[in-house]
Amino acid sequence: MDGLSIDQRLLRHRATGLTDEQVLSMYRTMVLARLYDERAHLLQRAGKVPFHISGIGQEAAQVAAAFALDRERDWFLPYYRDYAFVLAVGMTVRELMLALFAKAEDPNSGGRQMPGHFGCRRLRIVTGSSPVGTQVPHAVGVALAARMRGDELVAFVSFGEGASNQGDFHEGCNFAGVHRLPVIFFCENNQYAISVPYSKQVGRARIADRAVGYGFTGVRVDGNDALEVYRVVREARERAIAGEGPTLVEVMTYRLAPHSTADDDLLYRTREEIDEHRARDGIVQFRRYLTECGLWNDEKEQALLAEARAVVDEATQYADRAPYPRPEDTLRHVYAE
Amino acid sequence: MPVITYLEGIRSAMREEMERDPRVFVLGEDVGKGGVLNATKGLRDLFGEDRVLDTPLSESAIVGVAIGAAMYGLRPIAEMQFADFIFPAANQIISEAAKIRYRSNNDWSCPVVIRAPYGATGGGSLYHSQCPESVFFGTPGLKIVAPSTAFDAKGLLKAAVRDDDPVLYFEHKKCYLSVSDEVPDHDYEVPIGKADVKREGTDVTVITYGMTVHYALKAADVLAKEGVDVHVLDLRTLQPLDREAILEATAKTGKVLIVHEDNKTGGVGAEIAALIAEEAFDELDAPIRRLCPPDVPAVAINPVAESFFLLNPDKVADAIRDLARY
Amino acid sequence: MTDVKTTPIVVPHLAETIVSATVAKWLKRPGDRVEAYEPICELFTDKVNVEMPSPVAGVLVEILVPEGRQAAVGEPICVIAEEQADSASPNIPGRSAALDGEESFRTAAAAAEGGGLGRRDGVDMRARYSPAVLKLAAKYGVDLTRVPGTGLGGRVTRKDVERYIAEGRHLGQASANGRSGPADSTASAVSDKTAGAAQPYSIAEMPKVPVRTSGLHLVEHPPTPRIEIEGHDDTGRGETFIDVTPMRNLIASRMRQSVAEIPHAWTMIEVDVTNLVLLRNKLKEEFYRQEGINLTYLAFVLKAVVNAIKDYPIINSVWATDKIIVKRDINISLAVGTEDAVLTPVIKNADQKNIAGLAREIDILTKKARSGKLTLEDMQGGTFTVNNTGSFGSILSYPIINYPQAAILTFESIVKRPVVINDMIAVRSMVNLCLSLDHRILDGVICGRFLQRVKENLESFGPDTQLY
Repeated sequence: MDGLSIDQRLLRHRATGLTDEQVLSMYRTMVLARLYDERAHLLQRAGKVPFHISGIGQEAAQVAAAFALDRERDWFLPYYRDYAFVLAVGMTVRELMLALFAKAEDPNSGGRQMPGHFGCRRLRIVTGSSPVGTQVPHAVGVALAARMRGDELVAFVSFGEGASNQGDFHEGCNFAGVHRLPVIFFCENNQYAISVPYSKQVGRARIADRAVGYGFTGVRVDGNDALEVYRVVREARERAIAGEGPTLVEVMTYRLAPHSTADDDLLYRTREEIDEHRARDGIVQFRRYLTECGLWNDEKEQALLAEARAVVDEATQYADRAPYPRPEDTLRHVYAE
Repeated sequence: MPVITYLEGIRSAMREEMERDPRVFVLGEDVGKGGVLNATKGLRDLFGEDRVLDTPLSESAIVGVAIGAAMYGLRPIAEMQFADFIFPAANQIISEAAKIRYRSNNDWSCPVVIRAPYGATGGGSLYHSQCPESVFFGTPGLKIVAPSTAFDAKGLLKAAVRDDDPVLYFEHKKCYLSVSDEVPDHDYEVPIGKADVKREGTDVTVITYGMTVHYALKAADVLAKEGVDVHVLDLRTLQPLDREAILEATAKTGKVLIVHEDNKTGGVGAEIAALIAEEAFDELDAPIRRLCPPDVPAVAINPVAESFFLLNPDKVADAIRDLARY
Repeated sequence: MTDVKTTPIVVPHLAETIVSATVAKWLKRPGDRVEAYEPICELFTDKVNVEMPSPVAGVLVEILVPEGRQAAVGEPICVIAEEQADSASPNIPGRSAALDGEESFRTAAAAAEGGGLGRRDGVDMRARYSPAVLKLAAKYGVDLTRVPGTGLGGRVTRKDVERYIAEGRHLGQASANGRSGPADSTASAVSDKTAGAAQPYSIAEMPKVPVRTSGLHLVEHPPTPRIEIEGHDDTGRGETFIDVTPMRNLIASRMRQSVAEIPHAWTMIEVDVTNLVLLRNKLKEEFYRQEGINLTYLAFVLKAVVNAIKDYPIINSVWATDKIIVKRDINISLAVGTEDAVLTPVIKNADQKNIAGLAREIDILTKKARSGKLTLEDMQGGTFTVNNTGSFGSILSYPIINYPQAAILTFESIVKRPVVINDMIAVRSMVNLCLSLDHRILDGVICGRFLQRVKENLESFGPDTQLY
């Protein structure tokens, strides 16, 4: 982004079809997600919740992708780091907190699943599980069904680069490729699958290039450049709607936090590496962009942080006080009642 | 009333459900041409290749895609070419289909049917003869059915398609063309979760499912001449087990022989035996017995092994006779 | 209005398998102010090392676990005094919610137990014999109708049967069901005549009669003696101390005196009480109905003994150093066992009582002894002691003479044995009588004759014997 004139930079988001309000909304969502994520970590370390798995570092790409989709019609199959994504498509911080505290009112699972296991029919977020990659064939099934019914929409499914090695990824991609289904395969390559680095996860190749093997388009994009991610996903959606089949988007990002609250990441990487990536993080870059566009400043930043913190505080308190499910609820919903 | 084969019962059920409900469709390997065992023969001509969809060779995707489509609102019938090949899809069946309703607290559901031809026909060897129902048995969230007659096959498949939960439909390959019986023209369902007394008796109760139901009935005819009156209970549904019917059949005679083609250890019979011991202890007049093939990985192809491993009416008759004597 | 509430801060469950953490470093000292989520210490575990944020705001009051020490998950490591505007802060939700869940599960499980064909609470289960019970009963010849059931609905459990067998009670009723095999297959070839014993029944038609080994009717489950442990119990020494009661003291000195002063000699005889058994069996129901007390073998024994003493009065005497005092009244001391000791109340003028009367006296004295109501008078004046050692299964005893009497007789267990009659084997109810004697007064000849007479008397009891 350096070296461009202000006008050219201003053009960037407008050129892709985003309004000023939209980019500010994107930024706010990213910051809110970040604050939620950091608070969730503290809550776990303070012993108030049992588990937290973080998406810090990946917010920019997720929000950008969400804004590129039709949030009123498309179907979403996110994975467990996608707090920013689900907030962008309509989930609230309060709902995330209810899931974190595993309370009865949690819309994702009624306090049954770990946090990050999203599901909300109202928002067309399909219920997810822990075995990674199983959501890929589900997304293909959704796209198949939508097409059979004549419904114009896209199935958006995200996963990590580790999960992209599961059989289900390959089977799902192949199936979608054969039948030219409207699916966007969104691989958030954050460089680590728990402790296993990318170099040990994938042979000397790019995940995006796997698409060729399945007969459709693959694109690699810098996950810290929100506007780039937006553009790529927008194009993928258009392709899908036009009947040209699926796209595999490989988003290059970085997992700033450990895998989860049960992981000691300094066993396999250095603080220097983490700090270096933190400096290049997508939220930092987007803020710089907005500031240079004249759309943002320090005052607005402080106000946003205060506002976001208040939202997170209220949500924390609400969820902390909310009741748990009843003991006998444990037996419900094995089958249709 | 027309008499049709077990296979035709399955085929006609799919055809009628697809006629009745546009959300119903079939997917699997080779289903377009009619399937390797002809279960889907003629369906593509009627409904087109979108609703009788040939898939790539990927069981996990067949089931996973079916699950996605079901969550979207359709009613897919996924076919596994042979039950022996269901295992790549086990993760999707057990981790996903079985748990979708429960994990989403009833926000999402998964009304899929997964059909799997199982059981030995002779000449099938280790990987075209298996009975893997016990692998999925005991997984809450799944329903599992295993009909033995054409009537039950058709009625249960209709019920499975209409059920809002995932159903594993095990169809016995040997029954396909060797079993025929009367099946009404009009629409009907056989309820999931209900067993059926195929023969009333007073001396020994045989509890069984699939092909061995017919072995038990043949054995019963032989034993009737010897003065032993056999009561045959066809489970029809393996999960949920029809607890009342099992206990009632136990109380009828006090002597229970459980028969199935799946190997003995950890089979469905083990659960039935435990259930009876736990809840009908005082009705028992003899120890609960199970007649099953030996605990070897599967049946080999040579005829000596087949004869040794597989059950038949004579083996069933011997076991009943033995129990009657106690 | 602010409340101050002291909140213990516990070690959180930091990761799945973690059960404890070491406090590596305290980042706050007592007296420091702590904000919500401000790190208060560093925790080291097997999986992760973390800074622990405080879950509450307030002032750190006390450190409970110092640096370097380990604490379990859930264990308090420090205390913070919270300031809060309202006291409606939730208590540790995790624990009570988990307990709620568990309690509810237990209630649900208990309710679910009600189902099933086999569970019939409230139904009489006394005759519901499990396979395990039937197997044991068959192996040991147990009459299950006599076994008390402690299971659900009065069911006889396997343990009940095992206990019954361990107490030897199945031996007593072994022939009750006619199930003890050889005892019942009496050869009809044995002739009717037996040496010296009346034969009211032909052997072939001998009814199968239960032989009670005891005359004294003890309680069904005689309790083991209570040992009172008083004073200190030094663990590790492997001993317990029992206080000596006055009664025990008295018994001890009496025993010592008897053994020290009286030169004991001993003899025994065996008696064929087959007919007595039949007689008693014939009469006992009616007797009970009429008198309200049991007709025990002991009554017959006492009668036999008393009549024999009449014939051999020297038995009923006392050594008085320079003379032997032969007592005219025959007062039989009856050994009665209670939980704590053996007492010997006296049946005065036993020779003047008939069998029924003796049975009554036995009953009265036994009950008095058991309930601790014996008077001094009850205990005095005995001239000869009879001890029903058979009641605890003995077949041979060497009794100690009840000082200052001259002799003591024991009546052992009645046991069915094969004996030779007319050179043929027969099965008869036999019982041993043992006699300890003061060898200063008595010797073998006189005692032998005395015992013979007792034997004759006992063997003469038959279907014509009158109780009154």
